[in-house]
Amino acid sequence: MDIEVRLFASFRDNRWKSKHLIINKGTTIRKIIEQIYINEKDLGIVLINGRHSNIDSVLENNDILALFPPVGGG
Amino acid sequence: MNGWTEKLIRVNLCDGKISVEKLNMDDAKLYIGGRGLGSKYLYDEIDPEIDPLSPKNKLIFMTGPMTGTYASCAGRFNVVAKAPLTGTIGAANSGGHFGPELKFAGYDGIIFEGKSDAPVYLHINDDTIELKKADHLWGKTVMETTDILLQENEEDARVACIGPAGEKQVLFATVMNDKDRAAGRSGIGAVMGSKNLKAVIVKGTKGVGVSNKPDFMKATLDSREKILVNPVAGKGGGLATYGTQVLVNILNETHALPTNNWQTSRFEDADKISGEYLKEHYLIRNKACFACPIGCGRVIKIPDGKYKGIVAGPEYEAGWSFGASSGVNDMNAIDKANHVCNMLGMDPITMGATIACAMELYEKGIITKDDLGGKELVFGDAEGIIEWAERTGYRDGFGDIMALGSYRMAEKFGHPEYSMSVKKQEMPAYDGRAIQGMALEYATSNRGGCHVRGYLTSPEVLGIPIKTDPLETEGKAALLKLFQDLTAMIDSSDICLFTTFALGLPEIAAMLRSTIGVDMTDEEVLMAGERIWNLERLFNLEAGFTRNDDTLPPRLLLEPLTSGPAKGRVADLDVMLDEYYKLRGWDEYGIPTDEKVNELSISVKAVAEADF
Repeated sequence: MDIEVRLFASFRDNRWKSKHLIINKGTTIRKIIEQIYINEKDLGIVLINGRHSNIDSVLENNDILALFPPVGGG
Repeated sequence: MNGWTEKLIRVNLCDGKISVEKLNMDDAKLYIGGRGLGSKYLYDEIDPEIDPLSPKNKLIFMTGPMTGTYASCAGRFNVVAKAPLTGTIGAANSGGHFGPELKFAGYDGIIFEGKSDAPVYLHINDDTIELKKADHLWGKTVMETTDILLQENEEDARVACIGPAGEKQVLFATVMNDKDRAAGRSGIGAVMGSKNLKAVIVKGTKGVGVSNKPDFMKATLDSREKILVNPVAGKGGGLATYGTQVLVNILNETHALPTNNWQTSRFEDADKISGEYLKEHYLIRNKACFACPIGCGRVIKIPDGKYKGIVAGPEYEAGWSFGASSGVNDMNAIDKANHVCNMLGMDPITMGATIACAMELYEKGIITKDDLGGKELVFGDAEGIIEWAERTGYRDGFGDIMALGSYRMAEKFGHPEYSMSVKKQEMPAYDGRAIQGMALEYATSNRGGCHVRGYLTSPEVLGIPIKTDPLETEGKAALLKLFQDLTAMIDSSDICLFTTFALGLPEIAAMLRSTIGVDMTDEEVLMAGERIWNLERLFNLEAGFTRNDDTLPPRLLLEPLTSGPAKGRVADLDVMLDEYYKLRGWDEYGIPTDEKVNELSISVKAVAEADF
């Protein structure tokens, strides 16, 4: 399965902005962040296709996963 | 000493009489300061039905008891008047250093009454207070005015002033202080202009005392520690690193970033106008207000053109209005347009949103090249946002119509429905169809479309302090009431709202209690916020507003979103509004019941209409 992972704010440091990954069926967000060395405790906002998601959510083909550290503004 | 200096300056601009009076301490204990106490003075002293640009309006600068203390982010003050853009009560809040300096001079606030025959400015140096001629400042930009005043007076004083837009009564003119901080929304600067008051310069050498020093220091240091280790507000956190524009990508990814005048909610080029991009290409350093450990302000470079130089960068909502809202993906142009607003003294949210509205009117053939002096105005016009900001500030050509804001502009051409405003003030940067809580926030805000009167984006999108479902309507009325009351209390205390990314009611109440020496429970502190909210509501009702005004543009109520998790959704306002009124203790028409007014100890209005 093919998913797109988008990184924002400090997650881009020494990584990348966006990348397509080939994953196995049943892969969770937890598995992805382990692969790209992001600690769960550093995770702020997790979106699958724009919808707020849980770290144990399972990814589907063509999903867009967006990861943000905790941020605020206004 | 108890936070308040207990002294207030009153200036009658008709006859030039200046007096210093004792602060109404009964009201101060109920309405705290800043937004709340300023609004109480306004409510008591003007008829809410007056023309906001007439001499009968008053312009009130008001600090809070925490302003100028050691508390984190205690650099705020409010400018309060009946607002020309909305006709509602207007309280615009600003940071920087002006508010603390006014306290150091020994005053909680200043009330300006009437209108001067010729341009003047007020000069305060501790106990010396003088009105001085300002003919030589009239027409000058905010930066020029500030530099001249500092040169002519104390070079380390602090200046609040209007630019040409305030002088020309652009309906969304700001009061600027410390050059690039803004009491920004609802046109408070136009009120200052209508009074021929160009500036206030203040120099103070006194301190600000607190009631219980040991408790205050404990509460303040505890709070500071919580801010410093907070991942959003703390050292190396999102706010310090990327500024408020870090929100661009988040709102875009959730399909809640209003684009092309709210026709869609996702902007393809969002990354080019993001906080990440600003940091990479334009950021020189951070800038903090008085006593602020966060430092969200951006100092940026404009690399070319007539505005080349080091200036203040845009906040998220300004970057949005000139960016996604106008379909512009050129950060350089956005930075320039924002700088024009700072120079001329205009609210960049309303400015950009008004240009975006004009772009849609042009797209639909409702306004033409003839109206625009032979020019096109299409979404994505990077030069256009700069040019129309300049021409609006000087009320040149079609800029004279843009100076009325998007609602009056669109209404002039028979299509007010294309103005994305509530109570004639433009909503910023968060689509209420994708964030249902924000829909209710916009509809019920006491100063019209506004995001800082109960920022439900925080729980709905950012997950602070708890994560809520932005597509759900249930429970939003109760959450909003809490946020509105808490915000009113913080704006009155008067510290920065950004402390709430790290602090809650207990921490803020502890700092306030030890500052003012009034034995209030946390609940009573929150109730002060509720009292302030209800007083603002009473002002608006007396100004002629009704339930019918607690609504949203037809686009949000009738046109479903076209993409993202909220695809197919509109703002489900009605169901939330009924519940909200009930929770507020208001009747079905949105009028606070006598029972509620009594419970909150809001005194019956003492009518004291000024006779000028």
